[in-house]
Amino acid sequence: MAELETAVATGAAPFRPRERRASVVVRLAGDSGDGIQVAGGQLALATALAGSDLETFPDFPAEIRAPAGTTFGVSSFQIHIADHRVHTVGDRPDVLVALNPAALKVNLPDLRPGALVILDPGSFKKRELERAGFASDPRTDGTLAAFRVLEIPIEELTRKAVAGTGVGAREAGRAKNFWALGLVLWMHDRDTRSVEAWLERRFAGEPALLAANRAALAAGHVFGDVSELAIPAFTVGRASQPPGTYRTVNGLEALAFGLLAGARDAGLELLYASYPITPASGLLHLLAGLRGLGVTTFQAEDEIAAVTAAIGASYAGALGVTGSSGPGMALKTEALGLAVAVELPLVVIDVQRAGPSTGMPTKTEQSDLLQAVWGRNGDTPLVVLAVATPADGFAMAREAVRLAVHHMTPVVLLADGFLANAAEPWRIPELAGEPAFPVRFHNAREGFRPYRRDERGVRPWVPPGTPGLAHRISGLERDFETGAISYDPANHARMTAARRDKILKVADDIPPAALEQGDPTDRLVLVGWGSTYGPVADAVAAARARGRDVAHLHLRHLWPLPRGLGALLAGFERILVPEMNTGQLAALLRAELLVPAEPLAKVTGRPFTVEELGQAIDARLEEAP
Amino acid sequence: MSAIPALDRLQPKDYASDQEVRWCPGCGDYAILKAVEKALSELAADPDRTVFVSGIGCAARFPHYLATYGFHGIHGRAPALATGIKLARPELDVWVVGGDGDMLAIGANHLVHALRRDVDLAILILNNAIYGLTKGQASPTTPLGTRTSSTPLGVVERPLSACSLALSAGARFVARAIDIQQKLLPEILVRAHDHPGAAMVEILQNCVIYADGAWSHLTEKSVAAEARLLLRHGEPLLFAEGRKGLRPAKDRLGLEVVEVGSEGPDAAGVLRHDERDRGLAVALAALEPPMPVALGVLYADPAPTSFERALRAQTEAARAREPGLDLATVIRRAPTWTVTG
Repeated sequence: MAELETAVATGAAPFRPRERRASVVVRLAGDSGDGIQVAGGQLALATALAGSDLETFPDFPAEIRAPAGTTFGVSSFQIHIADHRVHTVGDRPDVLVALNPAALKVNLPDLRPGALVILDPGSFKKRELERAGFASDPRTDGTLAAFRVLEIPIEELTRKAVAGTGVGAREAGRAKNFWALGLVLWMHDRDTRSVEAWLERRFAGEPALLAANRAALAAGHVFGDVSELAIPAFTVGRASQPPGTYRTVNGLEALAFGLLAGARDAGLELLYASYPITPASGLLHLLAGLRGLGVTTFQAEDEIAAVTAAIGASYAGALGVTGSSGPGMALKTEALGLAVAVELPLVVIDVQRAGPSTGMPTKTEQSDLLQAVWGRNGDTPLVVLAVATPADGFAMAREAVRLAVHHMTPVVLLADGFLANAAEPWRIPELAGEPAFPVRFHNAREGFRPYRRDERGVRPWVPPGTPGLAHRISGLERDFETGAISYDPANHARMTAARRDKILKVADDIPPAALEQGDPTDRLVLVGWGSTYGPVADAVAAARARGRDVAHLHLRHLWPLPRGLGALLAGFERILVPEMNTGQLAALLRAELLVPAEPLAKVTGRPFTVEELGQAIDARLEEAP
Repeated sequence: MSAIPALDRLQPKDYASDQEVRWCPGCGDYAILKAVEKALSELAADPDRTVFVSGIGCAARFPHYLATYGFHGIHGRAPALATGIKLARPELDVWVVGGDGDMLAIGANHLVHALRRDVDLAILILNNAIYGLTKGQASPTTPLGTRTSSTPLGVVERPLSACSLALSAGARFVARAIDIQQKLLPEILVRAHDHPGAAMVEILQNCVIYADGAWSHLTEKSVAAEARLLLRHGEPLLFAEGRKGLRPAKDRLGLEVVEVGSEGPDAAGVLRHDERDRGLAVALAALEPPMPVALGVLYADPAPTSFERALRAQTEAARAREPGLDLATVIRRAPTWTVTG
């Protein structure tokens, strides 16, 4: 991936030649108490401010307070820095900063051969090595033979740097994350201004801590210039981006903002009802912190109460939203059926994780697709959407609200554990002006029937409190004309068809199928959905650059499928569907479109790499069709 | 509300919907429906601002038969549905109706939490000690030993008390009545409605098909006087036509029966009912034969606010702290940078 070109660097280290690179993948790793995520966040910000593109992913331990020095207590942060648009956090790190042996042990298998490994030798004592599960010292036993290793006594240098700032021994050692950050910033030709500004805000009123962290940051940054070690120095240029104001956003933040924007566009109050579950809980926390915007958050007694309360809120004329993950989605199933039966708007955000059952709560997967599309008792159609990238959560949450309120239907929006925590730059959209899709409640008494459908098959929304329109709704089958309970055979057939057709007609209200890259004359198409967007986009771009006849099609609308999808796919010799499950979208496409979609499954709890998708593309195109 | 002249109010029958009522002939639910219609009339309830929410079961058909807004939901989940409605629209009058299976088995979790949160709901549990709509299985309130379609050898699980459960969940209004008590029941329903928080009313209801006579030890004329303790706030705890009363037990924590002599109940040490006394309510809820069963309002001690009003107040306070806060501002709280064309 590295486009190597030696250049004389400008800026912080004028006398050292800097290697100009198209992209660099850096991973910071340490104990969960080492402040890795804080340092990573600041590295991302400095990168963004310097104009490079980036994608980041934090990897937290599943345990809340894992014992220090253990492999299961390792926290890491990966960033892909590039001078062009990138869509993944990078297959393999080029640089690993490991603050202890456990961090080295855990991250070693992911490194690119030849990668740079920065270690703190002060942490490689017998006890730490044993805790990390090293039988011998990896620095001397050949374990690191394939890598370039730099041993820098980070903690010791931090202590020296902060001496005289007035902090105690414990606080002095804790500043090592900023020392390491200072060094990594220097390595990438970034200054420390944005980090200093952050430190000033973070430690306002704590002058000693501010001075210590600032001193550590500065010492790490200057170390590159003054050290005897030949520390590699890179320059990654600016990426071309459309004009606008940007910030970085992770998937859960984007979803929260999108729900709020959608509620505003619909002119509705937002109720978010949820039950604690990993990794969806972050959405509850974010929205609970934004009550000042008028959002109501409700932590229910269980998953069923969460979705049911959301349905109650929608019935009463608010926007009811619930969110969950894994087994929590299974628990909501019956209530989704109720929402389909009573034809009320509801948005359900499923932050998918590895299953079945409890599975791997902190690991990502896309294995809830068929549950979302078909997994209910009865013929129970609803709308299913999926988020493509972290920032796309904003647009898709807004889209989920729009479709829910305008088609009086539950909408399941699929995200996943990777998207939830991964972050990328986001061009902040314009949010002023009139609501984009305001809801108009029905209030006309004349001819009112609670289930009378309009030309799209959509029934009126009449919240209680509407004068003169008191009526009853129920999960029992109801008469097509009057809405009263009905067990009439022909009526049930008619109502089943009406519910199906209503959802199928949503296809008129979404964009038709289109290719992201390539054209219909290519031989192979990769069909992605959800968070496979990033690796598929980059892998197809790279393959096309190699001259491969491969196109990329990405589905944000999973049910109903976009118009024209069957015809578009039928033109390709081969259709490959990479997904983090055992072939659910491939099965759906085969069943619905009668196309020979071939699944490419990955269920390791990790996203696809660009490399493995590139190999899959090459293999398909080298085989006879 | 009761200031509205009787003639201007809707009559009880005006609260009936156009749907044909389909409970079994002789079902206690008819009497309860009548009492609810009467209570709504006394409250001069606005049908457009009243919502009946239910789960699944015979009792849960209730909303279909009333001319108010109604949401017949899914089994056990009515308190959660109703909580969502109140969170969105606190000004609505929301009633929850369910049976003993709906509210005390599959939905017990939601009942407990609606009560502890103190959502402003009137929750009616129509307890007939059986699953009726599914054809006669034992419920959480079916007495020990009862033979039912699912327990042909007799029930071996102890039944639970709705009133004891409600009190332990932190309910601040707990009452009990029998379906045939057509004077007491509407009175209690009016009070449950007016209580500014979660109000739980257990209504002992007769299922003529599967558990006929489940409450006959309270309803038979020959035993009623000895078996029922009618509670009135401030009045002595008397039963058996005033010949007996309840006083604090001498040698244990609880109540014991005392004969009331000619000097009257106070001289006999008979307790007076205090609806705000939670400890007394707990003791009254626990009374079961051969002790008299407590009927009326066991406990009524409203909290200063209810769940949905407390949440609204928090939202308003959060808004007041940052007046004019909008989404665009929140999004820009993170560091931003600008790319120019």
